[in-house]
Amino acid sequence: MSMRKVLGFALLMVLAAAPAWAQNINAAGATFPYPIYSKWFDEYHKLHPTVQINYQSIGSGGGIRQLLDKTVDFGASDGPMTDEQLQQASVKVLHFPTVLGADVPSYNIPGVTGELKFTPEALAGIFLGKVTKWNDPAISGANPGVKLPAEDIVVVHRSDGSGTTYIWTDYLSKVSDEWRTKVGKNTSVNWPVGLGGKGNEGVAGLVKQTPNSIGYVELIYAVQNNIPYGSVKNATGEFVKPSLAGVSAAAAGAATSMPDDFRVSITNAPGKAAYPISSFTWLLIPAQIQDAAKKVAIKDFLGWMLTAGQQFCEPLAYAKLPKEVVAKEQKAIAMIQ
Amino acid sequence: MFWRKSVNVLMLSLTGLCALVAVSVLFFILGYLVYHGGKDVNWDFFTKLPKPVGEAGGGMANAIVGSSKLLLLAALFGVPVGLLGGVYLAEFGGRAVPFVVRYTADLLNGVPSIVIGIFAYALVVMPVHHFSTFAGGFALGVMMIPIVLRSTEEFLRAVPPALREGAMALGASKWRTISSVVLPAASRGILTAALLALARVAGETAPLLFTAFGNRFWSPGWGQPIASLPVMIFTYAVGPYEDWHRQAWAAGLVLLGLVLITNIVVRTLLSRGTSPQRP
Amino acid sequence: MATAHTTVDAAGLSWGPRALIRRLRSGDEVARLITLLFALVVVLLTVLLVDQLWINSAEARHRFGLAFFWTRQWDPVFNQFGALPFIYGTLVTSALGLLIAVPLGLGAAIFLAELAPRRLSDNLTFLIDLLAAVPSVIYGLLGIFILVPLMRTEIQPALKRTLGFTPLFQGPAYGIGLLTAGLVLAVMIVPFIISVSREVLLAVPGEQREAALALGATRWEATWKAVVPYARTGIIGSIFLALARALGETMAVTMVIGNNPRISASLFGPGYSIAAVLANEFSEATGNLYLSALIELGLVLFLLTFVINGLARLLIFLTTSRGSLVHT
Repeated sequence: MSMRKVLGFALLMVLAAAPAWAQNINAAGATFPYPIYSKWFDEYHKLHPTVQINYQSIGSGGGIRQLLDKTVDFGASDGPMTDEQLQQASVKVLHFPTVLGADVPSYNIPGVTGELKFTPEALAGIFLGKVTKWNDPAISGANPGVKLPAEDIVVVHRSDGSGTTYIWTDYLSKVSDEWRTKVGKNTSVNWPVGLGGKGNEGVAGLVKQTPNSIGYVELIYAVQNNIPYGSVKNATGEFVKPSLAGVSAAAAGAATSMPDDFRVSITNAPGKAAYPISSFTWLLIPAQIQDAAKKVAIKDFLGWMLTAGQQFCEPLAYAKLPKEVVAKEQKAIAMIQ
Repeated sequence: MFWRKSVNVLMLSLTGLCALVAVSVLFFILGYLVYHGGKDVNWDFFTKLPKPVGEAGGGMANAIVGSSKLLLLAALFGVPVGLLGGVYLAEFGGRAVPFVVRYTADLLNGVPSIVIGIFAYALVVMPVHHFSTFAGGFALGVMMIPIVLRSTEEFLRAVPPALREGAMALGASKWRTISSVVLPAASRGILTAALLALARVAGETAPLLFTAFGNRFWSPGWGQPIASLPVMIFTYAVGPYEDWHRQAWAAGLVLLGLVLITNIVVRTLLSRGTSPQRP
Repeated sequence: MATAHTTVDAAGLSWGPRALIRRLRSGDEVARLITLLFALVVVLLTVLLVDQLWINSAEARHRFGLAFFWTRQWDPVFNQFGALPFIYGTLVTSALGLLIAVPLGLGAAIFLAELAPRRLSDNLTFLIDLLAAVPSVIYGLLGIFILVPLMRTEIQPALKRTLGFTPLFQGPAYGIGLLTAGLVLAVMIVPFIISVSREVLLAVPGEQREAALALGATRWEATWKAVVPYARTGIIGSIFLALARALGETMAVTMVIGNNPRISASLFGPGYSIAAVLANEFSEATGNLYLSALIELGLVLFLLTFVINGLARLLIFLTTSRGSLVHT
């Protein structure tokens, strides 16, 4: 091997090696907030060019698992970690709410462009496989004047471990006893019917391409892809269309009574204007971070996220955190050692 | 007789049709990729990083570099092991050990790539709690080993005994014979087999899903997660964004183009030389 | 014993301490040891792989035992895991793939080996070998955007109209599902059947064909009645090889199969294969039992492909002169 080749190879290795001053932080988890997270990490990188936060949207289940395996520096999930999962972690895990979002029933029915109204019974029936055709009375009853076809409903759900699934099944468990006992709530459940898509992206993709389908996705995925979505009847009996106002209304009660560990469910929340399938989504941060530089970067990012970062929420159809929650979280950042 | 003659003509045409259908699939694939992806293979594609989700534009520069780094690692790991192992099988081996080695190499070759990914996850990712380029390269390298091993053995065996005997008659030791005479004689075949193996693993997605993981940015060094073309194609294809779909087509065209060009060049060189080998 | 015995073994090496030092100095022994070491790396890797699969699936194996193979439930909420839906999906899609690919592939192989002029045959085979090099994810890409809409709008409704009386072709036409996955697999394994069968057919001694022709057979009759039966074992071997390939196929399948662990009688229904569920759920299985069940699935897949590959190689070995074929 000639000297030149050796030098060239060494140069290649050096060029490919890490600059000592760059921070590479790896995170993974929920697809629900992926649009806002990818925007945040991009913006933060512009402000702090030496910090790269590489977020992979593999689903909330993946975020929790990779965090527990310690293969990522922090995780993200729309379903808070259960007590068993927290026990499995070798260090304490802190939940930091980031945004509020809506899980919406999006659908693709050729010929139906308007907004459909869904009752809790209809949604539970569709996803249980009991309501099989679009013109079933359970659906048409709430939508007089809309011509629904006598076609089979194609149900689309998640094939991966998902916080969006957790939110959806959490809601269905609250409104349907049959769902609660038969299927339950989790990031991954035994779906009675339907096709599985990977990530919010996969479900949106399937709904968009499959006529007569219905799937649950985070609001922004329906909006960005021009997929119609319907309104849902809330606990007080009002049909509320998913929106920032509806989500904020759902969070209003929780804002003042937020538990210290920030784990709370706001599905089927009381209140006239509340959208019933809303949720916080959390970043899962270990309470102890060994790498000092990473710790500084993560804490700084959290602080930025709670203040300047919140301005990016609404253009992407996520609701900002309530003031009380922000204040509480800012205090909680200090808990990261 | 007429019946038999017409059956003859019929079957001739039918089998010819089968061959035509099989071959035209290749042209269909190429055609669709060029049609859908051609216009999006532009400067941006090769030089820009991915944009935030939902925003149009951006490219796959990090994935292209990522795939290159992964393949470099795969070759660094797979080729020496396969080459030297093949030398042992062809030149030194007895009965028992080579049989076991060949058997396990064939076994390893038949393992589905997703299982290799799980293996690499358990062996390389878990102990250090880190997804990395290194883990991805390892997984791909493991897939290359059996191909390089068996090809090296075949090509070494195909070297005429006269060459060996000539070297030994001049007083060369066994190793000298191998390194100076036999290996160079077989080198073209071995190189082509290694390139074909590389082209094969270049398109593998499954083993990278939980080893190299993925990266929206540049991946410095070898210990960080890294983006790769096949994984990007998969991620973008199953997503809902039109922009993602366009980029997936473009990436598919680039990937397939590279794989096919390597295969065409290498196989042409090979068929002009030693006996045809299926890698 | 003070003096060293020097015996010469089959490989021409000498034993005994003085001879050992002589060999070490010449570099041959070092070379032999080093290359042996590298060759053993292959064995080590394979052993490690099986070991990892075995150990990490222990929890699931102990919990479910043999019932794992016929349990239909795949329920992470209630921690009930069964392999049946995935085995079903894997077998059905592979069988479908074979059903379509074998006649097509065999026909093409017969054409290329027996009936086509040599140059045409070589050129076409070259192109078909290229097809074998196309990555799986590219097939998946074409599957999602070209085949699935076609299935949903044209092919599945047509099948429903004509064959809808059988339970196989009933139900809504999603486009995605077992049938589509089977079709994609067929396209992917055809090149393997063609190239191996062609080689096997070419290896049949010319006397077979010539004898048939001498007796007055037409080209086709000579081929079908004399040559093909002679190569039958090898052709079946090629089918097994293609089957092993189909069983392990991941990306293209997961993009079009529907990803639902149901056992659907209708081919229009969504399904799940072992490889697909591993790709989707492995990186996120929380809970040791869940992960362990997934790895047990990986073990099952490994064993399945191991057995089928072994059979394939045996059959091909019995027909051609070369021992084993390492295929991409």
